[in-house]
Amino acid sequence: MRSKLTDWQRTMYRAITRPLGARSPVHADAYVKPSATLRPGERVDIYNRMYWYRLLDCVADDHPGLRALLGERKFWALTHAYLHKNPSRSFTLRNLCSRMARFIAEEPNLTAPHTKAALDIARFEWAQIVAFDGPALPKLTAEDIATADPMSLRVGLQPYLSLLSLDHAVDDYIVAVKRDDALRSEASNAVTHGADKPKIKRLPPPKRERIHLAVHRLDNDLYYKRLAPDAIRLLRALGSGKPLADACATAFAHSRETPEEQAAKVQAWCSLWIQLGWIAQRPARE
Amino acid sequence: MPANPFNNFTHLGIGIGLRVPHYRHILSNKPTVDWFEIISENFMVDGGRPLEVLDKILEQYQVVQHGVSMYFGSAEKLNRTHLKRLKDLVKRTNTPWLSDHLCWGSVDGTYTHDLLPMPYTFEAAKRTAEKIRQVRDFVEVPICVENVSSYMEFHVSEMTEWEFLTEVVERADCGILLDVNNIYVSSRNHGFNPYDYLDNIPHHRVGQMHIAGHTKFEKYILDTHDHPVLDPVWKLYAHATRICGVTATLLEWDDRIPSFEEVHAEALKANEFITEAKVALHS
Repeated sequence: MRSKLTDWQRTMYRAITRPLGARSPVHADAYVKPSATLRPGERVDIYNRMYWYRLLDCVADDHPGLRALLGERKFWALTHAYLHKNPSRSFTLRNLCSRMARFIAEEPNLTAPHTKAALDIARFEWAQIVAFDGPALPKLTAEDIATADPMSLRVGLQPYLSLLSLDHAVDDYIVAVKRDDALRSEASNAVTHGADKPKIKRLPPPKRERIHLAVHRLDNDLYYKRLAPDAIRLLRALGSGKPLADACATAFAHSRETPEEQAAKVQAWCSLWIQLGWIAQRPARE
Repeated sequence: MPANPFNNFTHLGIGIGLRVPHYRHILSNKPTVDWFEIISENFMVDGGRPLEVLDKILEQYQVVQHGVSMYFGSAEKLNRTHLKRLKDLVKRTNTPWLSDHLCWGSVDGTYTHDLLPMPYTFEAAKRTAEKIRQVRDFVEVPICVENVSSYMEFHVSEMTEWEFLTEVVERADCGILLDVNNIYVSSRNHGFNPYDYLDNIPHHRVGQMHIAGHTKFEKYILDTHDHPVLDPVWKLYAHATRICGVTATLLEWDDRIPSFEEVHAEALKANEFITEAKVALHS
């Protein structure tokens, strides 16, 4: 049976999270007492503003590239629409923007005429969040690989590593945005000031270019690295659980290189990826 | 009284909040600080820089966890994922106690990320106390609940805020994280006497205190944590220290954060009031 408290909180939730500037769906006078200086509706409005400013600030912190691409007006419109459809379902704000790329794909009119660039930037910016604090698996060493049978060796990739194939040079673009290196964090009881958020200079869209990127961390610093098409195919095949030999066959399926040239490439790549810590033990559940 | 079951019989002194702009200074200079309070949610992650920093801090300092999204007052059930991650962090930090707010903030699995004021009803007190007990039993450390600053009051309330706080902590048999700045902010917004609040709560349950700065607007006061502590709040703190005893105290500074030295110096001003309180007690 539903409690009075449940119903009461649902009602207040609707009033507090209504779109900024929208009329309250709740008659505030029936729920909230006036103060000596504020009417009930004005008191609810304080919370309504705090709710939106806090979440809008969070999206802005996580997506400086999208903001630079779209400009202030379009970016804030996109953010409002995103949050309206995707309110936070997590106890941490870290996950607030996990569905931004999907939302941009579902609502292309909000980012037109730069939807494809916006989609690439959103994917890249989410990958940075994953790389920042995503989980890590035990790394494999060069010896682990060298002594294993390539026909049966199955490896994993670090969960914090994102492999992206994009149609825009977003890596160069983000360097241009010169992201503020301040890290967002949640604070106790403090009110954020959405209106204080400094504007970001709008930049022309990133250059159209097919690129393959690994977004990762090394010694807990964030990095991104461009990859050759056959290299990212090999990594994806390894990540999907294929044994090394099968993964190589997938990666070089349309290659005109000799087996010796392919082997030399694989050896060099694996050596680098092991150094970077990307190659990990296969998760136990698999 | 200050070292009590609710702060795990500790005497921690004066601490400050561990904040990102100070990481580099703290890790390279290792300043003398009694203890740091961390926001639990900032470290309930799977890996990377946050946990690396935390582990380095833990090598050198006592850390106490303070949460912002357990929402003891939300009518819905506790989030098991949240609880498990919280317990993992408790094991990592060895926090002597754990605090979160006496508020609600989530409905049907959707989070506001705000600390929303409770309706002060007996039903709410009972359900909130049950959830506090559940969390304490799961994480296995004492819990202190913090009074929040608020900007609205409700017709449905059946008691004052301090009566509600008392009702909850007595039912849950938990501690109080007494935020004197929040009492001041709410007293100005709602028109009650903050000393009535302080005088009418169970003092023996106060395991920790918070002090902070706020901002005055034309029609209300906002709890912004972006200023030094103001005089009326220091006076309340002095009174709270006299009646509750010298208690682990933490300065919160979360926005427009100045240098580490400035924040720490502001926190250490509390010593002046602690000394006064000790003299008053002895006389």
